[in-house]
This record gives sequence, C-alpha cells and structure tokens, in this order.
Amino acid sequence: MITQNFGNAIKEVQLTAKDFQSSQEVKWCPGCGDYSILAQMQRVAPTFEVSKENFVWVSGIGCSSRFPYYMDTYGIHGIHGRATAIATGVKLSNPNLSVWVATGDGDALSIGGNHFIHTVRRNVGIKIILFNNKIYGLTKGQYSPTSEQGKKTKSTPFGSVDYPFNPLRVALGVGATFVARSIDREPKHMQDMMKKAAEHNGTAFLEIYQNCNIFNDGAYANLTEKETKAEHVIILEDKQPLVFGNNKDKGIVLDGFTPKVVSLADGKYSINDLWVHDENDLSPVRAFILTQFTELDDFPTPLGLFRKEVKPTFEDLVDEQINELKALKKTSTFDEIIGGGNTWTISGNGK
Amino acid sequence: MIEKIEKKVQKLDDVTVRFAGDSGDGMQLTGTQFSTSTALFGNDLSTLPDYPAEIRAPAGSLHGVSGFQLHFSSNDIDTPGDSPDVLVAMNPAALKVNLKDLKKGGTIIVNVSSFDAKNLQLAKYESNPLEDETLKGYNVVQVPMTKATFHALDEVAVSMKEKDRCKNFFALGLMFWLFSRPIDGTVKWIEDKFKSKPLILEANKKSLLAGYHYGEMTEVFTTRFFIEPAKLPPGKYKNISGNEAVALGFIAASYKSELPLFLGSYPITPASEILHELSHYKYLGVKTFQAEDEIAAMCSCIGAAFTGSVSVTTTSGPGLALKMEAIGLGVMTELPIVIVDVQRGGPSTGLPTKTEQSDLFQAVYGRNGECPVCVLAAATPTDCFTLAYEAVRIAIKYMTPVILLTDGYLAQGSEPFRIPEESEMPEIINNIVKPGDEYYPYSRNENLSRPWALPGTPGFEHRIGGLEKSHIYGHVSYVPENHEFMVNLRQEKVDKIQQEIPDIAVRGEQEGDLLVLGWGSTYGAINEAVTRVREQGYKVSQAHMRYIYPVAPNLGNVIKNFKRVLIPELNLGQMATIIRSKFLIEVLQLNKVQGLPFKASEIENHIINLLGGKQ
Repeated sequence: MITQNFGNAIKEVQLTAKDFQSSQEVKWCPGCGDYSILAQMQRVAPTFEVSKENFVWVSGIGCSSRFPYYMDTYGIHGIHGRATAIATGVKLSNPNLSVWVATGDGDALSIGGNHFIHTVRRNVGIKIILFNNKIYGLTKGQYSPTSEQGKKTKSTPFGSVDYPFNPLRVALGVGATFVARSIDREPKHMQDMMKKAAEHNGTAFLEIYQNCNIFNDGAYANLTEKETKAEHVIILEDKQPLVFGNNKDKGIVLDGFTPKVVSLADGKYSINDLWVHDENDLSPVRAFILTQFTELDDFPTPLGLFRKEVKPTFEDLVDEQINELKALKKTSTFDEIIGGGNTWTISGNGK
Repeated sequence: MIEKIEKKVQKLDDVTVRFAGDSGDGMQLTGTQFSTSTALFGNDLSTLPDYPAEIRAPAGSLHGVSGFQLHFSSNDIDTPGDSPDVLVAMNPAALKVNLKDLKKGGTIIVNVSSFDAKNLQLAKYESNPLEDETLKGYNVVQVPMTKATFHALDEVAVSMKEKDRCKNFFALGLMFWLFSRPIDGTVKWIEDKFKSKPLILEANKKSLLAGYHYGEMTEVFTTRFFIEPAKLPPGKYKNISGNEAVALGFIAASYKSELPLFLGSYPITPASEILHELSHYKYLGVKTFQAEDEIAAMCSCIGAAFTGSVSVTTTSGPGLALKMEAIGLGVMTELPIVIVDVQRGGPSTGLPTKTEQSDLFQAVYGRNGECPVCVLAAATPTDCFTLAYEAVRIAIKYMTPVILLTDGYLAQGSEPFRIPEESEMPEIINNIVKPGDEYYPYSRNENLSRPWALPGTPGFEHRIGGLEKSHIYGHVSYVPENHEFMVNLRQEKVDKIQQEIPDIAVRGEQEGDLLVLGWGSTYGAINEAVTRVREQGYKVSQAHMRYIYPVAPNLGNVIKNFKRVLIPELNLGQMATIIRSKFLIEVLQLNKVQGLPFKASEIENHIINLLGGKQ
C-alpha cells in the first residue's frame, strides 16, 4: 500500500500491474523473451513500496531499451550505451527516485562498457537490468560481446574469434554490491530477483538470460527445456548447499579455489560436504568462482543472487559531503556569494 | 648600511608587462598576484597567460617558456596589450622567446644569475646577449635575482631547491616596487597559502620583501612609476577570469531560478577551472559530477535536466565533438542544458593551451539530423558571467540546449568585474508543471516551449527519448507528416529565441563604407583597433555579435547599410561563411590561426590597408 499525495488529497493506493502498463502497443517480435521480463516487472513493481511517480526507467538503444515506453512511469529512452550515465544524472539530481535501467548486452557491455563499469564502481543507487540474449537483435543479427567464441552471424560468417565478456564477473571485478542472474522462462524466480534488486541500496546488477527467437533462438535451451533444465541449472539459495541434477543427485564442492561437480549417489560425498551458498559472503572470491561455471564443462549455470554487500551509495556520499559543508557555512545572500573574495569599490566620481 | 636613495616617480597612463620564465618558475602565479594587486589598486586591466601544454618541460629550454602578460591602465582598456613595455625574463630562454614581442626601446629586467653557459646553450644563444649587440636599443636592467634571493634567505632553514623556487617572489616584489603597487595583498596570500608550512611561508615572504627593497635600496633603478586608478563605472569590483566568470554566472542563475545546480564534466584544458571553481560551491548544494568521460558528462546532464536541475556541462573542442550525439538527444527531448565550449586550437588535440575560434561550425552545425541549438559567444572575460547566466535563462525558458562559446583567451584572461546586484539579474522563467495542471509532454506555450514535468510529480508520468515524438502527446511516431512538422517546430522554437535578443549596436556611423563585424573574444582587439583608426580620422564602424544562433534581429539591416563588411576571426572564415550564406552578401575576411589572439595593431593595419590610407 502506497500513500500518495495528489495536490492536497492524500490517498492510500494499492497499485496493480495494470498501473504500470503504458498506453503504448508493445512492439517486440512475437515470442521474444522481453515480453516475460516486462510482465514480471509490471507484476512485481506494485510491491516495491515506491510511489508510481517516483519510478524512472532509463534505457539506451536496442530491443531491450524500448522497455521504458511500455512502463507507465517517468522514463528516458536514451542513446546507445549511455543509459547508466543518464541514470546517474537522474539519481544524483534527485536521490529520492527509484531509478531503473533496461539495457542489453551490446548496449551495456559494448558501446556502454565504460559507463557500466564506472556506475558499478561508484555504487550509484540504481538498478541495472541486463537483457542478455548474446546477439545484436535490433541491427538484425551480429554477434555481441557476450556471444560465445565461434559464433556464426551476419558479421562473422566464419565464426567470431573474440573471447566473450562474462557480465557478472565484470561487475564483481569493479566492486558490484549486488550481482544476480535470472532467466526469461522462470517468472517466479525473475520476480524474486527483481524484488531483491529493488530492496538493494546501491547498484543492483541483474542479468536476465533472454531468448532472441529471431536471431539467436535456443541460446539458452538447455536451461529452459524440461528434459535438460535440471541438469544444467543450479538455483542459488542463501545458506543452502549447491545441489542440482534430475534427482537432486549432484552437488558442487569447493577444493581450495577449484569447484568440482560431485555425485551424491555414489556414497563418496554427502550433502554436508557441499559448498553452502552465502549471498552476504564478505569476500567476493566465491561469487567470482560461481561466475566461472558457465565457462566450465559439465557445470550447471547458476541462477540467483550471487552476492550482495552493504556499502554507502554514491549519491549518499555526495549528499553527506554537501550537508557537512552546508552546516559550516551560514545561508549566503546573492551579494555574499557573487561578490565574495578580494573586492574594491569605486564610488560615483571614480575611486 | 646603504643610504636611502631618492627615486624619481614618473606618472604613466598605461603599461604592459610580461613575466616570462620556465614553466616551473611560477610565472602564472607571479602574474596572477601582480594582477590581483593591480586590480585592488583600482587600475583597469587585462591579462594574457601563455604557457606550454607540458606541465614541466625541460628546465631552461625554449619550448618550456611560460609567460604572463598584463596590461594595466588609468583608462578603460580592452586588450592585454599588443607588445609589452617591460619584459621580466627569468632566464635566457625566456629572453629569446619573448624579445621579438617587446616594444622598441622597451625595458628588459633579466635575472642575470641564470645567464650561465648551460642556460645560454639551452636557449641556443651562441654568445651572451647581455654582452653582445642583441639587446642594443633596449633598456636592460640586470638583477641577480637568484643570488639576491639566496642572500635574503641565508638564515632560513629551507633547502637550496626551495630557495631557488622563491626567486619569482623576488621578481614580483621588485615589480611591485617599480610600479608602486601595494604589497600587502600578496603577503596575506602567502600567509594563507603556506599556513601549514611555516618555513616556506617565511622564505617566500622574505623573498618578496627582498625584491621590493632591492628596488628601493640599490641604484639599479632611478625611477619608479605610478599609474593612477582608472575611472570605471561606480560599483563593487573584483578581478576575475573568464572561467571563474562562467562558474559565477551559473551560480547566479541557480540562485535566481531557485533550482539546484548540477555540473557534469570531464577535465579538459582550458575548461577544467570551471569544474574546479564550481566544486567549491558545494556548500550551496551545487552538485559537481566528474564523469568517466565527456559523453557521460553530457548524458548525466540529460538525466539531471529531466529531474529539474539547472544542468550544465563544460568542455573544449574535442570534448564537444564527443558530446554531440547526446546534445542531439537534448534537442529531441527538449531539455534545458547549457554546454560551455572553451575553444582551443584544433583540429584534434591541436594546441590545448592556446586560443582559437574554430569550433563555430561545430557548435552551430555539428550534429546529425536537423538539430538546431542556440549558440552564444562571450566577448570578454566578464561577459562570460553575463552569458553563462543568459544561457541558463534561455535554456530553461525555451526548454532547449544552449551552447556557450568562450575560448582559452577569455577563460584564462582576467579583468575587473563589476559585481551586479541581485535585482539587476533578469528573471528566469520556467515551465515546471504543478500537480493538477493539464499536461501533455509535447504541448507548447506561446514561445513554443514544452512543459517541464519533474519525476516525483504524481499524474505526469511520461516517457521522452531520441525517437521522433508525436506533436502534443509525445508518443513515438514514425508518421512522415508528423516528423516534418516536428523538425519545423524545433527549428521555429530556436528561431523564436531571437525575440530575446537585443538589437546589435553599431559604433560610429550607422551606414558607410566599412563595418568591422566581430564575434566572441575578438571584441577587445577589434574595439581597440577601431578606436585607433577612428582617432586617425578614418570612417569605420563596428558591431559585435554575442548572439550567434539565432542572430540579433537587426543584423541583416545593419550589414546592408555598409558597402563592405570585414570579419576578423581566429579561424579560416567560419563566421564569414555563415554571414555570407545567411545574408547573401560578400564579406571580407581577416583570419589568424596561430593559437594567439589578435593584436589590435594587426586589425588596425588591415583596416588602414583596406581603406588605401584614405581617411
């Protein structure tokens, strides 16, 4: 329940998903994973304890960046790669707003890589939702910085040769205070992650694996199809051991810095031997190791909150400094401000 | 004990002094201190710092020479002076680099202690210019500044290196004596600056006083000079540079508009001082954001403008190029943002510490699509205050980005600034919508300006962005007719800003043979040149543009009243091209692209040649 102030009238309002649906027709390709992300956000936003007028959605360029047009909140559809920079200006200028960024793998990690790392480094209190489909969709199918090596696309007919980015690892590497992953086909999980991101004070980085059914269909099929999902996904839950598999018969142990997939069926390991996930882990090292799983053979892909940390936000530190300085100086008049310093006066007849 | 020597005092109206030394010698500091004391004494003044892009070029080398020129007078003056009357040269390289600019028969005060074999060789002198014919015809005063400084600091327990670094204060003290300037201001400055380093404080203060007494007590100088205070309009004054003036203009605009000030900026020469200066005003709630790059700086301004701040960014030519796409977004979303371009020599990295007016095309035309932006150009360092304020006023009233052009010459040059009263500042009208108002994101008022709905206001949730938007409702629209309509509307809105612009004034005859039309920072040199030729009896008129896009309403008529129009500018003729295309007339050009401002004499001679010596 939100208390809203309409001019003089104060109303108790229970917002619903419908309140967050704009009048604009949604124009993603039929079957696109973006629909699910939008639907979950509209469903879960009313639970954030934020008045509707205090939401600002900011985006860059790409399919995902049309997102703000479909949310009935304040919003800016920005330019390619710059969403986090625009959002930083919004948040600094008015820290009371709940500022969300919708971005894609090209937007955030290629053209916007610089802004992304600096926003995370500063711990600006905004939420970054990365729609990662491992392809450039809006420009019709070129490989992206998260495409796997060897990817054959229009711009790489013989396969890409670059090594891809691991977005969560990039974020952890620059000191992210909230790092999580979800997937378009798991609505409940996605809602849960969005809610956790909303509650985080600082930069919340949520990567959502999203299927581009036109240019990269099936990129995450192993993680979404019934037959393969259990073997390929591991759900991270706080204080719970890392277990996965069709019969919950596999787990992860940590041997020094080396993770190992072990069987719980052959009697060698029990559930008590497994790595227990701690989302508030003081060190980012284990979260870093978790990000490696997607690059290791036979390892499941972790979904969930990898790690969060309590750390003062950029905008709070900025305001704190300003308030300290304000307290030292008394309110100044125009003349005190503009006419301060070494001055001299010339009277009516010259000096 | 030396007897006190009687010194003659000679009255002068007008003096130009140049301090020159190694870039590590503290010449900029020396010049600034001399300027401040001169300003406080009440002279009119104009300064021109000139320093290399390298922070510490090799000591004693020709390319490491840093200079600071100061013109001060008992009259109203416009320029830092064409050629110095007095050159203070701290080493042979400084002498060699600056000698050619010195007035015939001018005075050279050299630090003779530095004229050793090594420094002479570094300056590429084959023989000592103090001993050969090089300085024939000049009044050369040899002062062993380093030696005298060491002598004065005999008892002070600082290192030899520290003592050596005090010699600029010796030179400053000597010049204070020579030109009868008060010394107390600099003493106080030293006491404040080195509060935490008592020995350095003592060393600098002693050196300053030693220089002053050197003039008084030795026979080197027989005459000292006195320049009466200038008769400036009544008011309270302070000496400020163009960059400081820009910062103050923004502060004033934030104060008057009662909106918070947000600066998103990335350091770049010669604009960084605006960022530094505004960072001192956090106690007023000013938010300065040093972004990760020029693009982020501009984009943060878009976010801050959307959210209701007075949103400004500061840069130089290369940075403006990087910001262009985001400025286009500012035009499309119709948000009030001021972009300051402190122009420097280009293209590319060009001449970072030197001045030029070559970003004019970039400012007026430099974006994709039909993308009109209001452009202003400051004429003098203190005009930077007026136009920074004006840029904010226009941006907010018309909901549009505004580019303010200054340049290295204005940014670093200083002059007395008459501090305005709050009541003198024009109102800043905003279009902020209040809860309950009728609201459509792209509806228009009588100025074609759209309403400003700030996030946090219930009921006005809306989306803006770079895609074309429908008239009034602001939804994404690909309708061909709507696009054409909106392109025209954005143009019409910026054209409408012309109603804010005062008519351009013509100095001299209102019609005739020759109009000298200037824009931006060339004002001082043109004004001085026109004064000189008019004094010689030539009929020459002058007009100066500060509003570049749109132009003053009467500009076309003014131009048509003259047979010929001459546009002096520090580029290859960018304004000449704009004026030609706008008014379909031929214009004459006078161009200089050396990274240096015009000398008044260059414009003066050009005008006289044009008029064939006919008065």
